[in-house]
Amino acid sequence: METLKQELKENIVEQLNLEDIAVEDINDNDILFGDGLGLDSIDALELIVMLDKNYGIKLSDPKEGRAIFESIEVLAKYISEHRTK
Amino acid sequence: MKTVYINSVCSISSQKTFDNSEFLDEIIYHEDNLIPVVNPNYKDYISPSESRRMAKGVKMGVAASKIALKDANLDTVDAIITGTGMGCLRDSEKFLGALIDNDEQFLTPTSFIQSTHNTVGGQIALNLQCKGYNFTYVHSSISFESTVLDAKLMLENNEANTILIGGVDEIGDYTAKLHQIINHIKAEKTSTSELLNSKTEGAVFSEGANFFVLSNEKQTSSYAEIIAISTYNTLGNSKISDLAKSFLDENNLDIDAIDMVVLGNNGDVTFDGFYNELSSGLFKNTQQVYYKHLCGEFMTASSFGVWLASKILKTQKLPEIVKLNNLKDSNFKTILLYNQYRGENHSFTLLRKC
Repeated sequence: METLKQELKENIVEQLNLEDIAVEDINDNDILFGDGLGLDSIDALELIVMLDKNYGIKLSDPKEGRAIFESIEVLAKYISEHRTK
Repeated sequence: MKTVYINSVCSISSQKTFDNSEFLDEIIYHEDNLIPVVNPNYKDYISPSESRRMAKGVKMGVAASKIALKDANLDTVDAIITGTGMGCLRDSEKFLGALIDNDEQFLTPTSFIQSTHNTVGGQIALNLQCKGYNFTYVHSSISFESTVLDAKLMLENNEANTILIGGVDEIGDYTAKLHQIINHIKAEKTSTSELLNSKTEGAVFSEGANFFVLSNEKQTSSYAEIIAISTYNTLGNSKISDLAKSFLDENNLDIDAIDMVVLGNNGDVTFDGFYNELSSGLFKNTQQVYYKHLCGEFMTASSFGVWLASKILKTQKLPEIVKLNNLKDSNFKTILLYNQYRGENHSFTLLRKC
């Protein structure tokens, strides 16, 4: 699980071009959207594509993302339970 | 009709031109066939949250627009008109590359959203919260001239009082390779000082953003007056000298009234003949200036020429590095600019000291 969390942090920083944020700045329970890390709706789409491409998880209902993308902790737990690759 | 003034300028180019307190004081000599821009510190102009989705061209355009607005002492403008020959190439390449690499699956939205030609104009408008007229011209190597023409007509007819215009193009790695394969980019590295002596096919490519605030109200800080601009997609049976003469006639000017001609020579042996015809013919007794050895060639490189002419008219200084001949070094009142790319999209622009 720790390896997956680290991988997610690295992917988020790289794929979302978080220029002023380093991987070590992101805590497992930081809120990713809104006042937390400041991600927005376009980032949500990027994360949905990342789930599909990297872990074989298809989110058919975008509203699911609201809960799944709450934090690295929650996201990692969801991926480990649902991943197909 | 109202008169149109260039009230401010900003150039981000392969020279250190973004600082308006300087004027080619320090020349960077490149030796390559693809030359990079000298970047300002983009963080001074764009917040990290805004810039993280911006490719190079967008960053150059937004930063140049902010510097130009500051130079004009304005917070916003009535309209924004941008010109780009190739648009946001890097994001286009990224999006299309992903399309192929991932077999049309897993397409992410950011590069697609940012790949459109009007991304720069849109981002500037968002940044300024400018909800006025916003238009992007994508007319190959007269994209910038089209912005000038549109803005000039609007200002002359008093449809707007201040308009931000600009030309911006960025290098895309894949597209640059294609241009090299078809010899539009020189095969060999060429030095800044030897560009016009290269006698080979193709040009030295680069990228850049040149932005200007135009207005129908003169300021004490104004750079120049735009008298006229004309574009010609192809010449047909006409010679460029005849077109130049007609253009001057239309503006009631004879050759002697032109204090300087600014030419867009890019060292391409196949197409520099258009410039040579003017420099050895009609304008052989006129001070001649060139600039693409400094800024490289790109679809909106002629906007660097307008930046150069504007600075010369305002400062009345003629940097040694841009001289093609040595006939006049002061009292510049009227400047004619001529540009073409690969024998098409010819343009004449006439500026006057104000």
